[in-house]
Amino acid sequence: MSAPLLEVADLAVTLPVEGERRTVLHDVSLAIGPGEALGLVGESGSGKSMTARAVARLLPGGAAVTGSIRFDGTDVTALRGGELRAYRRSVAMVFQDPRAHVNPVRRIGDFLTEGLRLRGVARAEAARRAVAALADVGIPDGERRLRQYPHELSGGLLQRVMIAAALLAEPRLVLADEPTTALDVTTQSEVMAIIDELRRERGLALLFITHDLDLAAAVCDRIAVMYAGAIVEERAAAVLHDDPLHPYSAALAAARPAVDRTLPRLAAVRGRLVSAFEAPAGCAFAPRCAHAQDRCAAELPPLRPLDGGAVRCARAEELRGRLAPQEVAGG
Amino acid sequence: MAEPVLEARGLRKVYGDHVAVDGVDLALAPGGSLGIVGESGSGKTTVARMIVGLTRPTAGTIAVCGRDRSQPARGTAERRRRAREVQIVFQNPYASLDPRRSPADALDEVLRLHTDAGADERRARIAELGELVGLDERMLRARPRALSGGQRQRVAIARALAAQPRVIVLDEAVAALDVSIQAQILNLLADVRARIGVAYVFISHDLAVVRQIADETLVMQRGRVVERGPTEQVLDDPRDPYTRLLRASVPGPGWRPVRRGAPTTGGAT
Ligand SMILES: Nc1ncnc2c1ncn2[C@@H]1O[C@H](COP(=O)(O)OP(=O)(O)OP(=O)(O)O)[C@@H](O)[C@H]1O
Ligand SMILES: Nc1ncnc2c1ncn2[C@@H]1O[C@H](COP(=O)(O)OP(=O)(O)OP(=O)(O)O)[C@@H](O)[C@H]1O
Ligand SMILES: [Mg+2]
Ligand SMILES: [Mg+2]
Repeated sequence: MSAPLLEVADLAVTLPVEGERRTVLHDVSLAIGPGEALGLVGESGSGKSMTARAVARLLPGGAAVTGSIRFDGTDVTALRGGELRAYRRSVAMVFQDPRAHVNPVRRIGDFLTEGLRLRGVARAEAARRAVAALADVGIPDGERRLRQYPHELSGGLLQRVMIAAALLAEPRLVLADEPTTALDVTTQSEVMAIIDELRRERGLALLFITHDLDLAAAVCDRIAVMYAGAIVEERAAAVLHDDPLHPYSAALAAARPAVDRTLPRLAAVRGRLVSAFEAPAGCAFAPRCAHAQDRCAAELPPLRPLDGGAVRCARAEELRGRLAPQEVAGG
Repeated sequence: MAEPVLEARGLRKVYGDHVAVDGVDLALAPGGSLGIVGESGSGKTTVARMIVGLTRPTAGTIAVCGRDRSQPARGTAERRRRAREVQIVFQNPYASLDPRRSPADALDEVLRLHTDAGADERRARIAELGELVGLDERMLRARPRALSGGQRQRVAIARALAAQPRVIVLDEAVAALDVSIQAQILNLLADVRARIGVAYVFISHDLAVVRQIADETLVMQRGRVVERGPTEQVLDDPRDPYTRLLRASVPGPGWRPVRRGAPTTGGAT
């Protein structure tokens, strides 16, 4: 990989909740080069969206951040004023929940063209580009859509409007938080193909948050797996599913239903999920892990290199090759 | 099939000059499970909203437990009965929860409205519902804003179950969940159906999830049903060209994203 465009090191974030500070991220490190796509998967509540929001400098008020987030060599955690605005123009975020991030009383057209207009593009030209961007994400009747309000659009249409808005900004990095979950799989395929193209042609870098391991494997170069506020494994996308190093990654792969056969029951992970702030001293996954030993509860291992990737599991070497999804599903 | 618990005929919805739903028929047996898949914008949510009475059909009839509900409810008792019989879990867990109200309060409200349980019984029931969907005491007391997407969606599912409905309409209800929680919720939905015989209308873009939960499946495109049948048949042996395309677009080993439409960026419009 060339010099990374985005480099996050030892990121930790706490938020104030009812007068106390609560850890939502406690150890996140990742890097994405120009034209590269990193998938981010993991437990609901593990901090995927918070990671993206930290990078976009859009954390909730009162958040305290430690560690560094470098974009093109500059630490962005301390940017202010004009520099922060310039940074935000290079980084586009596609939010997990479009409806909460769009002004309900503004027309789609105003929303899509606002950034272009600020950059000095004439009104008619901005509208033309917006219609073309909508066509790109599979919305053919763009002119009609520009006149509509958010509540008149289906979930998938609104999500595509968000993707179109992100791409119209011509960013260098896109933080896409489950950008295709509200789309049918055919449209999803098209949208991902467009992003692929932009990566190849313009060197767009992508942080891709998803719950779909198969999708991440197909469109990402590498995948990072999060659990309770920390990254527990990072691997080449092609090998994570079939050869996971962390028991939690294996459990994720095993829990997925199959499109070509009906399973009597899905392999849910036993036990209750834990949030970062209530994670025990040792490995946060240990209480639910079929392979945990006493030492797992004692100490949290660091994320360390293994098999061309990285893993945070004390037993990773011993368990290597024994975590294939079928085995977990049967157990 | 036994007397259907839900039956819709000729459902149609027009917005201005746009036909969102164009002649949809469906029937659901008591304790049955019907999947609806299809194109984004094809009218799935509109069908769901018409079933639960949030959107009035332009034409067509809907009956639940044999009682017509195509017309607005007359009186509070009738409105309440309709609300109890059919519950909905929305696509979007953020908008559907009152930001000022904790999950426990939201569940309590449903229990007060739809059951005659006393305070102690309600409290026990809330804990039980939380347990059922994997929400602990702390999450039950939190403000919705402090919950992640998946945590909020579990609140919404618990709230739907609280009313003990005959039919639950789930519109992309598990899309925001990670696969291990999703597996837990899908197993839970299957258990609840087996135990209390509630029926589901299950809308999803995830064909593997639909396979797991739905006995029968409808495929929608541009407001119409283009294919219907037992879920396994629809997925393993799709007949309609659109269903085939949909099935072929599911990511899996060897799959690559493809662009079907001609690129239009920069082109004349
Ligand atoms: N405004 C907030 N105040 C306090 N805690 C919060 C706030 N927003 C989120 N959290 C907590 O931070 C943790 C991480 O949340 P985040 O939204 O990043 O999860 P996620 O991995 O994106 O989950 P999902 O897959 O469900 O979207 C969660 O435990 C959540 O409860
Ligand atoms: N209130 C409204 N006013 C105008 N048009 C609407 C309204 N609600 C829905 N529509 C339109 O009706 C069509 C069907 O929308 P619907 O939300 O039912 O689609 P859907 O199949 O649920 O899509 P998705 O998979 O993206 O959620 C869309 O073209 C949408 O823009
Ligand atoms: Mg999230
Ligand atoms: Mg919908």
